Amino acid sequence: MSDYREIVENGLWKQNPGVVQLLGLCPTLAVTSTVVNGLSLGLATVLVMAASNAAVAPVRRWVPSEIRIPVFILIIAALVTVIDLVMHAYMHALHGVLGIFIPLIVTNCIVLARVEAFAAKNPLAPSALDGLMMGLGLTAVLTLLGALRELLGRGTLLSGLDLALGPAFKDFMVTVIPDYQGFLLAALPPGAFLGLALLIAARNWAESRRAAARPTTPAALAHGH
Amino acid sequence: MNGGAQESLFRHTLITTGVMVAFAVACTALLVSTHLTTREPIAASVREAKLRLLEQVLPAELHDNDLLADPLTLPPGTLGNREAAPVYRATLVGRPTAVLLEVTAPDGYAGDIRLLVGIRENGELTGVRVLEHKETPGLGDYIDIARSDWIQNFDGLSLAKLADDGWRVKKDGGHFDYMAGATITPRAVIRAVHAALKYFEQHRATLLGLPAKEETS
Repeated sequence: MSDYREIVENGLWKQNPGVVQLLGLCPTLAVTSTVVNGLSLGLATVLVMAASNAAVAPVRRWVPSEIRIPVFILIIAALVTVIDLVMHAYMHALHGVLGIFIPLIVTNCIVLARVEAFAAKNPLAPSALDGLMMGLGLTAVLTLLGALRELLGRGTLLSGLDLALGPAFKDFMVTVIPDYQGFLLAALPPGAFLGLALLIAARNWAESRRAAARPTTPAALAHGH
Repeated sequence: MNGGAQESLFRHTLITTGVMVAFAVACTALLVSTHLTTREPIAASVREAKLRLLEQVLPAELHDNDLLADPLTLPPGTLGNREAAPVYRATLVGRPTAVLLEVTAPDGYAGDIRLLVGIRENGELTGVRVLEHKETPGLGDYIDIARSDWIQNFDGLSLAKLADDGWRVKKDGGHFDYMAGATITPRAVIRAVHAALKYFEQHRATLLGLPAKEETS
């Protein structure tokens, strides 16, 4: 049970792919111009990560170590293509927005990293959970970064929700700052780097405050020296 | 001993290759079945998205035909298009009412701007929409209907209503508004729409599918 707890904690906080491992920066920086883009690509990545971890774990014993990387990439690429086709068929508008980034999930190193580091060594259930949690951790970062950039760049939140869920959701867009002229830096790629830096700093700050608040144990003292 | 080691290396290689092939076959089978099941829905949603787009520049009362049924194709190089571009023809009870042209403005601030231009049979614009652009977000992207209504300035205009020197931004002495700091983008769009109207004027009969004799009468 504590194993699963640790997997959850690692994915969401301790080993968060977005702000701790800093893996998968390609989509992080490219698509996070709005909340909806960040969240959608994040969820697609969650799906790919959980599915590829779950697919690799049961067959891990039959994959000779010489060819494990090509086999893993093959599995990941096949799953991503399936998700791409399904999105194209049933979520056409969103596919138009995220289209070019979906195939790029294959090259997102966090996916292969988790397959190689976790699913290749663990049974099905913890592997699937690891993929899910790492994916959700990344999604949280993508969404936050998207919110930050959309708010600063355009003064809105949740714009484009209608593309993801249908025209009925157009009114969900929140104009936080009316008559906002826009702040180009936040909307362009440099804004992603700066925003990510702020998120990393915020996490480090929270972590150091937590560490400071924790009562010093002898073990920690010994470790300090 | 040596022979045994070689044999086991051979066996190992064979197994490894077999595993790789097995995974390749399994993944291919998965992709083929997904492709087959999603092919129809993808075609349907591409078609529906296209129709929805066409209807943005074409008032519903102007046509009762299936716009995608019988498109004309313009050769590459026409109207700035790098590839062959379709022309959709609208008819109402069999009479041609409008055409929808795909036009490329090659001189945008950041490369090509692809436009959809609707022209009524009398030469008036029914509407213009941007299909694809790479203009600076927050600056040149006001040509996109999702950002501003600027593109609706074209609605109802024609060569007859606006003389050649009016097809410019106000800064250049023309008719069109623009946003300070981003004039290259609207210039490119205006030029491309103007060129489309000229092209329509010259090839009216062919584009509308009129018989040649009606053109001469």
